[in-house]
Amino acid sequence: MNSIFKASAAALALGVASTSAFADAHSLAGELRIVSDMSNPAPRAVMEGLVADFGALNPDLNIELEIVDREAWKTQIRNALSANAPDVVNWYAATRMTPYVDAGLFMDISDLWEDPAMDALASTKGAMTLNGAQWGVPYTYYQWGVYYRKDIFEELGLEEPATWDQELANCQVIIDSGRKCYTIGTKFLWTAGGWFDYINSRTNGYEFHIQLANGEVEWTDERVRDTFANWRQLIDMGAFIDDHQSMSWQDAIPPFLNGDATAYLMGNFAVAAFRDGGLTDDQLDFYQFPQINPDVAPAEDAPTDTFHIPAAAQNVEAAKAFLLYVTSADVQGEINGGDALGQLPVNASASVSDDKFIQEGFEMLSNNASGGIMQFFDRDFPAEMASAGMEGLQEFMVFPDNLDDILERLEETRQRVYQ
Amino acid sequence: MTTTTAPTRSWYKRNEIAVTPWLFLIPGIIFFALYVIFPIFQSFWISFHEWDGLGEKTWVGTANYERLLGGDRKFSISFWNNVRWLALYLLAIPMGLFISLFLNQKVFGIRLYKSLFFFPFVISQVVVGLVFSWFYLPNDGLFDIIVGTVGIDVSGGILGNPNTATYGIIAAGLWPQTAYCMILYLTGLNAVDPEQVEAARLDGAKGARMLWYVILPQLKPATFIAFVVTIIGALRSFDFIAVMTNGGPFGSTRVLSFYMFEESLSEFGFRMGYGAAIAVVLFFLMLIFIAYFLWSMYQDEKGAR
Repeated sequence: MNSIFKASAAALALGVASTSAFADAHSLAGELRIVSDMSNPAPRAVMEGLVADFGALNPDLNIELEIVDREAWKTQIRNALSANAPDVVNWYAATRMTPYVDAGLFMDISDLWEDPAMDALASTKGAMTLNGAQWGVPYTYYQWGVYYRKDIFEELGLEEPATWDQELANCQVIIDSGRKCYTIGTKFLWTAGGWFDYINSRTNGYEFHIQLANGEVEWTDERVRDTFANWRQLIDMGAFIDDHQSMSWQDAIPPFLNGDATAYLMGNFAVAAFRDGGLTDDQLDFYQFPQINPDVAPAEDAPTDTFHIPAAAQNVEAAKAFLLYVTSADVQGEINGGDALGQLPVNASASVSDDKFIQEGFEMLSNNASGGIMQFFDRDFPAEMASAGMEGLQEFMVFPDNLDDILERLEETRQRVYQ
Repeated sequence: MTTTTAPTRSWYKRNEIAVTPWLFLIPGIIFFALYVIFPIFQSFWISFHEWDGLGEKTWVGTANYERLLGGDRKFSISFWNNVRWLALYLLAIPMGLFISLFLNQKVFGIRLYKSLFFFPFVISQVVVGLVFSWFYLPNDGLFDIIVGTVGIDVSGGILGNPNTATYGIIAAGLWPQTAYCMILYLTGLNAVDPEQVEAARLDGAKGARMLWYVILPQLKPATFIAFVVTIIGALRSFDFIAVMTNGGPFGSTRVLSFYMFEESLSEFGFRMGYGAAIAVVLFFLMLIFIAYFLWSMYQDEKGAR
């Protein structure tokens, strides 16, 4: 186990291409300070396990782990990186890295990515690349998609929809049965971002979506309007639950559990909450967001969580070894397993948990996401655009008639943000 | 020369009366300057820059103010919400007055009633906000059930409807603020001169006339403090908004302090220059009131001499 890591760590440590695959681990010493945002119970246990195992491999290394609340970390990271920086921190991929890369607070670890062991992570290399260099390593990701009540679908005689027309037809049947098609809670805005990601990329394709995220397309563009027109079909049918603007994503779970709403567009992290709420795997199933425009390849939201080395890290050598350790196939399989994070490993040679949803997600992302992988609305769009955008999306879902006004506002924001 | 036989007194001894007050004030002045005065000017300085809080500041002159005052819709929504807060929050003063008049009697257990009325001020604003947001919940909330029985249905719930959300939050804010005004008036009522009340009664004054011409003038100091505290409370209203709606739905419940926080310190923020510009505008708004308060206090002091 961990032979790849040992070899790589040794190679790094000695600065030569070591011929011994089992060079002893004494090479790492000193302090390694890790600040992690994996504060929820399961991720926390994973992180603590990681540190314990890595510490056992490197007895001379004194590892100090600090776990910060996940939400709080989103603002605390700035202070942590600038004053008395730790050696390893958690963060997110893609545009979310920009402020720290631009400010020179993340270390360029492109050399680490040249390690042959990293070839297995090629699929996520793009999400870690900014300005032509790599700034961190991913450790987990998860699929988004439609989680639905299989029992209700069977009761109504519905199939998983593959196209938008089937989707709309299904939804009509569901509404006629006195239920809502989708539950959602938009109080904290981001959930609406998922809907936009999917409808926009299914309508106009991944390339267009990323151009929009990069500020290269106007929000008032006709193609953006097409996206909203498709979305509006569902809204006008009454497909979404009422009063979603005052609910969080957790508040939106009960209607799904008691059958008032039959589906939920969500990330795989929600499955645990569905199961805790009493749904069995016979009642719960998953399908990929249906095709809208047959000419575009399907793109999927699969947000990636990452580890980074701050530019001011003290023990860079140990930090890099830790990053290699975390991304190695065995560790990836272990920490993403069904009894750990329950998500997808980023290392292609890692074993995938046999959990039904993880399997389906892995299958979908490997074979049926040829359009591309999106990191999610608030990670692909720059911060100011994302917050204005998600607010507009929420308003659209409640007052679809305000669309012109919303798009003009977003366009105004775009012109300012990307200049 | 037979003058100074005693040794010359030290400089400090000679100036003791003048210097000592300043010596006592020095720690206060230092901290006030460091933590209040200096950051005010720092905010002014930052507001002329574009800065993400990490990298280099870029001088942009008055661009932030031009954007802010030149049709930033978020700003105008926040500003008018602030005006609503100011106007409606003042209701806490008459409400507090009437509760205190009601409670200003000697019956068995009155202390318990007083403390129950004072209770909302003791618990944290965050808790009050949470309780009210449950109270307002669409469908399941008590408020929705009550107004439902008379056939009123607020679409989206009080906090989910952009037309009602701000008023819902202000109502939540009024609860503890009324309690605070009540306490101020209760202490004020203790100081009301019973002889004047007696005399007024002999002259046949009672009810509203008694309240208006005899009691209220004597409560003027309490009213002044209640006014100051309520105005400042209205302008700083932040906790309730953050807890109850987080500025939503679609930004309709933002006030200036919340907008400032969102721009500069929230998850998607870190536009320090723009946030500082909002802070400066808020500062000047507050300055209008603060200047008035200081002026009237100064007038009182002068009158007392």
